[in-house]
Amino acid sequence: MSKLNLNQDKIISCRYYANIIADNVQSFIDQHTTVSVERAVLRLLGVDGVDDLLVPLPNKLVDDVVKNGDISYGVSRYIASGLKGTSLNLNDFLEAYSRDEFGICDFSLVDRDETYNILKPYYDKHLIKIKNNKIKREEYLDRFPRDKTDIYVIVATGNIDEDVIQAVSAAKAGADIIAVIRSTGQSLLDYVPYGKTTEGFGGTFATQENFKIMRKALDEVSEEVKRYIYLVNYASGLCMPEIASMGALERLDVLLNDSMYGIIFRDINMQRTFVDQYFSRLINAYSGIIINTGEDNYLTTSDAVEEAHTVTASQFINEAFAKKAHLSNKLMGLGHAFEIDPEVENSFLLELSQAQLAREIFPEAPLKYMPPTKHINGNIFRAYQQNAMFNMVTTMTDQSIHLLGMMTEAIHTPYLSDRYLAIKNAKMVQKTMKSLGDEIEYKANGIIRNRAIEVLDSAEKLLKQISSDGLFESLAKGVFAQTKRSVTGGKGLSGVFRKNKDYVNVILEKMEESFNED
Amino acid sequence: MKIKPYGDTLNDGKVQLSFTLPVPKSAKGVTAAKEIAKDMGLIDPSVVHAEALSDNFSFYIIYGSTKSVIDFDKIRVEEITSKAMDREEIEALIKDEFDRNIVFVGASTGTDAHTVGIDAIMNMKGFAGHYGLERYQGITAYNLGSQVLNEDFIKFAQDKKADVLLISQTVTQKEVHLKNMIELVELLESEGLRDKVILIAGGARITHELAKELGYDAGFGPGSYAEDVATFAITTLINKKRGVL
Repeated sequence: MSKLNLNQDKIISCRYYANIIADNVQSFIDQHTTVSVERAVLRLLGVDGVDDLLVPLPNKLVDDVVKNGDISYGVSRYIASGLKGTSLNLNDFLEAYSRDEFGICDFSLVDRDETYNILKPYYDKHLIKIKNNKIKREEYLDRFPRDKTDIYVIVATGNIDEDVIQAVSAAKAGADIIAVIRSTGQSLLDYVPYGKTTEGFGGTFATQENFKIMRKALDEVSEEVKRYIYLVNYASGLCMPEIASMGALERLDVLLNDSMYGIIFRDINMQRTFVDQYFSRLINAYSGIIINTGEDNYLTTSDAVEEAHTVTASQFINEAFAKKAHLSNKLMGLGHAFEIDPEVENSFLLELSQAQLAREIFPEAPLKYMPPTKHINGNIFRAYQQNAMFNMVTTMTDQSIHLLGMMTEAIHTPYLSDRYLAIKNAKMVQKTMKSLGDEIEYKANGIIRNRAIEVLDSAEKLLKQISSDGLFESLAKGVFAQTKRSVTGGKGLSGVFRKNKDYVNVILEKMEESFNED
Repeated sequence: MKIKPYGDTLNDGKVQLSFTLPVPKSAKGVTAAKEIAKDMGLIDPSVVHAEALSDNFSFYIIYGSTKSVIDFDKIRVEEITSKAMDREEIEALIKDEFDRNIVFVGASTGTDAHTVGIDAIMNMKGFAGHYGLERYQGITAYNLGSQVLNEDFIKFAQDKKADVLLISQTVTQKEVHLKNMIELVELLESEGLRDKVILIAGGARITHELAKELGYDAGFGPGSYAEDVATFAITTLINKKRGVL
């Protein structure tokens, strides 16, 4: 199936360097925890809800430990100690706690074994729930097999009820994947809002209740259209592991979960992000949730012709981190995009080359292919044409997760009709050009093959450089999206803690255990 | 039920609009475009795109909200209510009710050079899996093609003793199709033929309501097939024969 005749040694070499890069960071990750990791642990034990001041209980508990105890032991030990000290079950404990009847650090700390004994019923219950969600998804997929390309659209009204209307309508028009865009700025909140929400800005808050409402609606429409409609949300930000845990509990199917996106595009501290991404991806691996990575964003900042190799290099790094978190190839939705300026001569060929390159390097990955956004100028008719060309590359190179371009990109969040027209555009291309890719070979020394060789060579050089400089240093130098981030800069560093040798994380350890058994 | 256009929220009234102004692209042009949109009644129009088409013409894309509200329950539309039969049912009906073939004559009349519409209805092959009238047993179909003068069309119909006349009007510029359609009705009336035939119009811009207004028996718009036309024509002929009409 190779059309590019890539040098396999180059690919092996890229993986070798990417693995060194991830290894070095992983040793840092393994020694640290964060407030959001600990909050995710609580959520997966069944802690939910808010207090009178609307502070989510996972935040209240973890902040309490940070302030009055020693978080380096892990919140698992504190919550176990509280349950033992009060002799209450978790629900009653939380009720009393939210009335401030006691603090979480008021009890003598139990040891590792006792922590496990006390928390077993709680983690068992939720880990089983996640396993069941995974089984349910697999049953759906058995009943409704998928085509090789899934059509992905977003809804973003700010109101979950209105989102449901639009999502159902899109599914009926042919969409396979619905993403609910988050409200502007949610990635920078160091907590997850609670309950159903009907007001957001440029999107809808990711809350567990909103996840549940949309899941229910999509399950219903899945039965109707005889296709299992995937639900997507976004983990990137300060709450990656928490969003992953909520996604696991409510059967999301895809999560935006990049190892570096938060650092580069949200100025979240890199230590925080690396630790968070590991636990969140571990949860995704355990839940069977496909991750999506955000390399496409590099090209909205940098030039898509000049910086294409940074996308490829980053895909290798994201893959290496994903492997560390036990994600299988089939769950690695590595990202890239169709972002070359259409004014560039033969830009279509360059896009074809890049998309084929990603497909051949990562043959099993459900690649996420993003539409043009940077060079969309408000002329909706021109945008429709650009999207048609993007759709052609998608079909010709068998991209898996096909995020549709909207003709009203950069004008407004999509109207019902914008989304409908985008789906019809993609469907027509998919149908009329279905086997075009199988019919085509690219000529040796032609533009397409040479471009792929050039991009892969540059990616290898970059990976080699990063592996020798270290990823922290490289991000400080601005290797991706020409954005420089310092090791101690950005948001969220105060939520990173070095683990004590007696640290316990019952969820993380149980999940790692289950993978090591396999 | 009162309704407004729907963008992404009920009753937001969002509409999109594009047009060309006969002035060079400029800030003044953008403001002019916005003023036109306001004058059309749009609230908060926003010119999202402006582009020079040539030295003296500029193109604008505008979004805004309309104030217009429609009481949907009060809308009355003349629709062809009879449910279309399939080809076999129509053939059986003709066999039962008539001891002869029913003659259909069709054409794109006047200056119209497009035959896609009339071919879709009349030709053997039909369109999108719906066979055309030529394939129907019990129907004799004559498709005269495009740019047929109304006079020639009527003469041919008379010679063949046509039962049903099909007029296709695909493309329209400056409403020329309306004049042509009206002229045909006037000619048929002056020849004393109007009541002897079923007169049907079809085309991309034709609605049943419009066709009735112009003096036709029926109009068929986009998405109509041979069986829709034949069902109407044959049932109307039967009703006529029985004196129902």
